[in-house]
Amino acid sequence: MNSNIKNTVTTLSSIAVIMFCFGYVLVPIYDVFCDITGLNGKTGVISKNEANSLSFDINRSVTVEFDTNVNSKLPWKFHADTRKISVIPGKLVEVSFEVESLAANQTFGKAVPSVTPPKGSIYFNKTECFCFSEQELGPGERKTMSVRFVVDPALPLEVKSLVLSYTFFAMEKNVSTRNIDLKINSNKI
Amino acid sequence: MSEAVLNGVEHQHDHHPTGIKRWLFTTNHKDIGTLYLCFSLLMFFIGGAMALVIRAELFSPGIQYVDPQFFNSMTTMHALIMVFGVVMPGTVGFANWMLPMMIGAPDMALPRMNNWSFWILPFAFTLLLMTLLLPGGGPAGGWTMYPPLMLQTEHALPFVIFAVHFMGVSSVMGAINIVATILNMRAPGMKLLDMPLFVWTWLVTAFLLIGSIPVLAGAVTMLLTDKFFGTSFFDAAGGGDPVLFQHVFWFFGHPEVYILILPAFGVVSQIIPTFARKPLFGYVSMVYATCSIALLSFIVWAHHMFTVGMPLAAELFFMYATMSIAVPTGVKIFNWIATMWRGEMTFETPMLFAVAFVILFTIGGFSGLMLGIAPVDFQYHDTYFVVAHFHYVLVSGAIFSMMAGAYYWLPKWTGYMYDEKLGKLHFWLSVVSVNLLFFPQHFLGLAGMPRRIPDYSTQFSEWNAISSVGGFVFGFSQLILVWVIIKSARGHGEKATAQVWEGANGLEWTLSSPPPYHSFEVPPKISRS
Repeated sequence: MNSNIKNTVTTLSSIAVIMFCFGYVLVPIYDVFCDITGLNGKTGVISKNEANSLSFDINRSVTVEFDTNVNSKLPWKFHADTRKISVIPGKLVEVSFEVESLAANQTFGKAVPSVTPPKGSIYFNKTECFCFSEQELGPGERKTMSVRFVVDPALPLEVKSLVLSYTFFAMEKNVSTRNIDLKINSNKI
Repeated sequence: MSEAVLNGVEHQHDHHPTGIKRWLFTTNHKDIGTLYLCFSLLMFFIGGAMALVIRAELFSPGIQYVDPQFFNSMTTMHALIMVFGVVMPGTVGFANWMLPMMIGAPDMALPRMNNWSFWILPFAFTLLLMTLLLPGGGPAGGWTMYPPLMLQTEHALPFVIFAVHFMGVSSVMGAINIVATILNMRAPGMKLLDMPLFVWTWLVTAFLLIGSIPVLAGAVTMLLTDKFFGTSFFDAAGGGDPVLFQHVFWFFGHPEVYILILPAFGVVSQIIPTFARKPLFGYVSMVYATCSIALLSFIVWAHHMFTVGMPLAAELFFMYATMSIAVPTGVKIFNWIATMWRGEMTFETPMLFAVAFVILFTIGGFSGLMLGIAPVDFQYHDTYFVVAHFHYVLVSGAIFSMMAGAYYWLPKWTGYMYDEKLGKLHFWLSVVSVNLLFFPQHFLGLAGMPRRIPDYSTQFSEWNAISSVGGFVFGFSQLILVWVIIKSARGHGEKATAQVWEGANGLEWTLSSPPPYHSFEVPPKISRS
């Protein structure tokens, strides 16, 4: 084979391989992009100390609504004890959620949170949450779970209300194989 | 324009194996081109039959002939077959046949790989088609394969994914071969800007293929591992995101639509100058327009997903980027019209199809512009308006240009003129029925009829019935094309001269019709005039 042809083929094949990898690189790029922009309802993270040291303006208030969903594959009931509260940005708030299993056997679930509007989601910081960690319920078992969060006072003024939505997804019995998780975000609260 | 003078002796002894072995083991670009074209034609009828199942079901409201699951697998398979099995192999077939002859090369750069690229396809499509026989039926989640719906496919999923992998490997190998041929095997003295426009559009298309098909391969591999190996790329329960799939898919998907249409632009750019008997107007601007369409195609993907909930800034960016593609496309349309302007035009079948292409593709381009406007796209999204749009650019666009190309080059391939009367009959039946088929779908879409649904509200009945009638007429008219090809291939018709068409210009027309099995073994001399 002519060496020019060989060079062309090598270059082009490597472009093809690089583009295949690029498809995979899009995954972390997308996550980072969502983290920065708050797209997709990805929330911010904050430590307890940071949360307690935020300054706040008692004259400002933001409505936070709670939305609860259960994926159809999971026979659970899930609701928020408070549907809607008014919070002062900068002040730590605790709310609780109830979950009840309707199943006849042991079931596992995992909640995934999302905050809208995207403009406000990065200012919504949770210090404690039941999400992303596996929950186990026996037949008919009930559980109360709490979420502590603080809305960053830097929240743009035009955002007057936020919605925190949780969806419980069924986890398969054999959890060890389901836990292979390539997403960089999953370890965050 | 360059003219060629043949020097050296043509090899008249065409030694090759005969019978089935000739086709299985062939490394000859002309044989492989024929294989690709026949495969594409066969798939055109299989995919077309599926379209007729869809149109039969949609003839009247209510569920008539097929159950909704099967209907959905018909829409899914129809699209996969038409995109990957008809337009892509068809244009690769043209490339295989014509590229080496147009640039004065003896064959493709990698003849053995060329054989593999083709022979992977029958396996890929057998794999895809056999899923219809599996428990749970074929894939029914749409050709875009969005999760989580696609992941609910029963046994068909891995077969579909491997079929897509095979098609991808085949087209990337084909593309590498084409670039290697064009960049290294041009006749001495032929500069890049001396190449016929068909060669240019294929060079650019091949780069699009190499850049985008591997991304699709990655996306479907992620689907596969999500379903069977416990990853959660697109699974919300595991922290993944189904919307991510749409981004990755359309990052491939938008360049893909130009992969389908750029070679069509190339074919039309060869035909119009021939029958207008004038050189192509604005050759260099055509080349630049092709390149800029290709570059822009990589940054507009999210206009397919305006409704997923993107921030305003992203909607605006993708909207303006999309609109800007209208500029190079407009340049092309303008150049074709300017080529015809005051030309000594005659309307043989290839020219009829090419002129219809220019008009009908422009209609499809305009509805594309409408869809590109983010605020109104919220109304059009996932309606029949979208279906009307992409069928105008793909059927009366890409497919029409392929038909034009088939009539244009058939005398060169077979050595015999096709039956002009039948060709014209085929054209007029096709052009009337294709509009009857797809134009009403604009109205249906604007009135709110969703796509991919087997049943509809009764106010959509009339236009759907008309569309179905158009569909059946269009479908059966294509049998005329088969008959024309068979007649010409079997030598029924006038003997074609080397130049075939009075206004034809270029190296391929200096070879006899049909060309010798091995052509340009001694490179032609390019003399500039």
